[in-house]
Amino acid sequence: MNRVVDVLVVGAGPAGLAAAARLAAAGAGRVEVLERERAAGGVPRYCGHPGFGADRRGRPLDGPAYARLALRAALRSGAVVRTGVSATGWAGPLTLDVTAPTGLERIRAHAVVLATGARERPRSARLVPGTRPAGVLTTGELLRTAGTFEGERGVLRERIGRRAVVVGGEPVARHAVGALRAAGVEVAAVMTELPRTAQGFGAVPVLTRTSVVELLGRGRLTGVAVRGRDGRTSVLRCDTVVFTGDWIPDHELARARGLAPAPGTRGPVTDSAYRTAEPGVFAAGNLLRGVEPAQVAAAEGRAAAGSVLGLLAGRACPAAGVPVLTAGPLRWVTPGLLGPAPAVPLLVRPDRRLVRPLLTVTQDGSPLRRERLRGEQAPWRSVRLGPEWTSGVDPAGGPVIVGTEEYAP
Amino acid sequence: MTVTRTGPLPTGPEAEYDVVVVGAGVVGCAIARALARHPLRVALVEAASDVGDGTSKANTAILHTGFDAAPGTLEARMVREGHRLLGAFASEAGIPVEPLGALLVAWDEQQRAALPRLAEKAERNGHLATRLLSADELRAREPHLGPGALAGLAVPGESVICPWTTTLAYATQAVRSGVDLHLDCRVEKVRTGDPWHRLVTRRGALRTRHLVNACGLHADAFDALLDRRDFTVTPRRGQLLVFDKFARDLVRHILLPVPGPLGKGVLVSPTVYGNVMLGPTAEDLDDKTATGTTAEGLAGLREQGGRIVPALLDEEVTAVYAGLRAATGQEDYRCTAHPALRYVTVGGIRSTGLSASLALAEHVLGLLADCGLDPGPERPLAPVRMPNLGEAFRRPYRDAELIARDPEFGMIVCHCERVTRGEIRAAYASEIPPAGPDGLRRRTRARGGRCQGHFCGAEVRALSESYGKGAR
Repeated sequence: MNRVVDVLVVGAGPAGLAAAARLAAAGAGRVEVLERERAAGGVPRYCGHPGFGADRRGRPLDGPAYARLALRAALRSGAVVRTGVSATGWAGPLTLDVTAPTGLERIRAHAVVLATGARERPRSARLVPGTRPAGVLTTGELLRTAGTFEGERGVLRERIGRRAVVVGGEPVARHAVGALRAAGVEVAAVMTELPRTAQGFGAVPVLTRTSVVELLGRGRLTGVAVRGRDGRTSVLRCDTVVFTGDWIPDHELARARGLAPAPGTRGPVTDSAYRTAEPGVFAAGNLLRGVEPAQVAAAEGRAAAGSVLGLLAGRACPAAGVPVLTAGPLRWVTPGLLGPAPAVPLLVRPDRRLVRPLLTVTQDGSPLRRERLRGEQAPWRSVRLGPEWTSGVDPAGGPVIVGTEEYAP
Repeated sequence: MTVTRTGPLPTGPEAEYDVVVVGAGVVGCAIARALARHPLRVALVEAASDVGDGTSKANTAILHTGFDAAPGTLEARMVREGHRLLGAFASEAGIPVEPLGALLVAWDEQQRAALPRLAEKAERNGHLATRLLSADELRAREPHLGPGALAGLAVPGESVICPWTTTLAYATQAVRSGVDLHLDCRVEKVRTGDPWHRLVTRRGALRTRHLVNACGLHADAFDALLDRRDFTVTPRRGQLLVFDKFARDLVRHILLPVPGPLGKGVLVSPTVYGNVMLGPTAEDLDDKTATGTTAEGLAGLREQGGRIVPALLDEEVTAVYAGLRAATGQEDYRCTAHPALRYVTVGGIRSTGLSASLALAEHVLGLLADCGLDPGPERPLAPVRMPNLGEAFRRPYRDAELIARDPEFGMIVCHCERVTRGEIRAAYASEIPPAGPDGLRRRTRARGGRCQGHFCGAEVRALSESYGKGAR
């Protein structure tokens, strides 16, 4: 079946729902959101902890509540949100092939917003050697397992395991620990290659500067061999290991349209208007990089919607601007292109812990901005660099380089 | 025609067979299928909980022509015949095969000098269509090859195939045609006798007139149960890396190394699932269960793969695994009839068992006749049509008619591999249902993609629990 809609949004997570809500409210016509999972809301659906802002009365929101509000806002403004519907590829420019229980569809749109989010790298992509036993999962699978078998609490522990090791020291590892403990699974240790972890692991032993060198066990995991900071290898006995963090954008559709992943983010390159190199195709949220909080993704979705409205009023044009790259201990920066307008802040992600770093922005060797950051910067939080200086960018010049000089007292 | 996995085995006349085949790998399943064409009572007995759960599940998934086998060996003949037989069976049974052809790539002068000799060897093996390629011709065929490729040898006919579907198709057809399949049924003792051998298994005893050892890595141990000590199997570990589907466009042919004094080298090959595989290592071990990967092995593979197709290393790795080949220290198979024991050993099927399987099955029928088996008249096998796992063919999620008939084939559960609810349901409703998540993956690809269950693991599990008896 072939159809035409005004805007097709792929992914009903925070970014996609926020984009759809604004587009539909602004009268963009038929705004259709495709969600391949059985319910809309995205990752927050599985995050039963606060940290998702507050509702209108100021009460803190957990993930599921946030997801419900985001969905309600999109539906109220008139967007169509379809779940259990998968966009499987492109049939042409701005035309997606879709598989649904109701059949195959080919949907053409005036604009497409990709908001497909990010996932954690599993054990294989991290090249962790050893056997391939059961009991090896990511936080995503852990939280989804807890959600799927909710209400069968007595057997949840049986479905997960008895004793777990959590790999990773970022805040997401804390959520993994929380989910394991809520299911009655003992957490033997949290381990990370980082020298420091996020706070809040309570009584769980935290092993820093420690890496997994081998998974052990046939059929079921029996332990993980780890190498500690002293270089010695030992075995942590466990039947479950949860690999957390190490996000990668779920960029399949973007790549299938020829949008190469950027080296730092592994997401499609966009300009400050969230346009990709493909005319009429926008990208927002954690597809751009892994991974920012839901509110950040949603704000990007809303901003991208503004650009889509501009396009619907005029003509599709591809991303434009000067490339923005990182140097030194910075993992990535978004947007990847600094265009003429609008002026947006840069999001910069440290590669490791930085103490009072001096962020530097240069173009062709000339300084555009120097900004001393306070305190410590952790590798799981981005730094926001205001846009005041972007008027100094030479649109005909070379790439803008964001670097850092560390504080040396 | 029964499949059992738990509980005691049948007793009395139901536990009496004309032939028992021990080992349900690709070779054992092919033998059982060949026997099923005759009016015989046949059982296929397997220690693991699934067919194809040993060497047959973790290999390089290539249907070889046998161009580089040692001429005159049994292996050379079996692979050549097997290639033809399996090619024909695959299209009948719906096993995905892509005849991409292979390119042997020479990276130094010594390897270049070896290419004409390999072409001659191929001719002696009956493969007349190889062609020497200049560096430019090679690059035209494989634009993403790394720098330094000097020359190549094109070997048409080398194909990629789904090893899981192949084994399962043999077993399914055998079962449909009357063979009893007993899984989770390790044979612990054999009491030879006349006219019956008695097999004591973990789940009870069986009696059989004829016995076939298709135990792969454990063929020597099974021989020992009958007091035969003709050879020793040394497991040779092969570690492999599977790259994400985005790598598929980088490689058009099976890129084979030129064998040299430093060993066979590694290959880079597309898979029928749309990925690219890199491997295998070759490590001789003592432990027949050492199917783990190692840091050194994976690092070495990446280094070698990066020289062959440098862009490969920019792609994500979807899977790492290791398989064990059954090496015996002899450069040929070890297939022996023991007429006095009415016993056939099919040993030393090193790394070409998949390609040779159908020819080996015919060969074993001959060896059984040498042991006094009169198979009786032939009859046609029950037809099989396997679910398609290959990207080159229509998959259910793209099949409008199928979805219209059954909407569950329009419900994608495993998003990376695009496996639908309908396929998972069908796997559990099949003759030989999966015993756990790995078996389900081999039947549907569910959970086998880049996220390795991040998105779908919980739902696949819930479905497994509702369709099957649980996923562990």
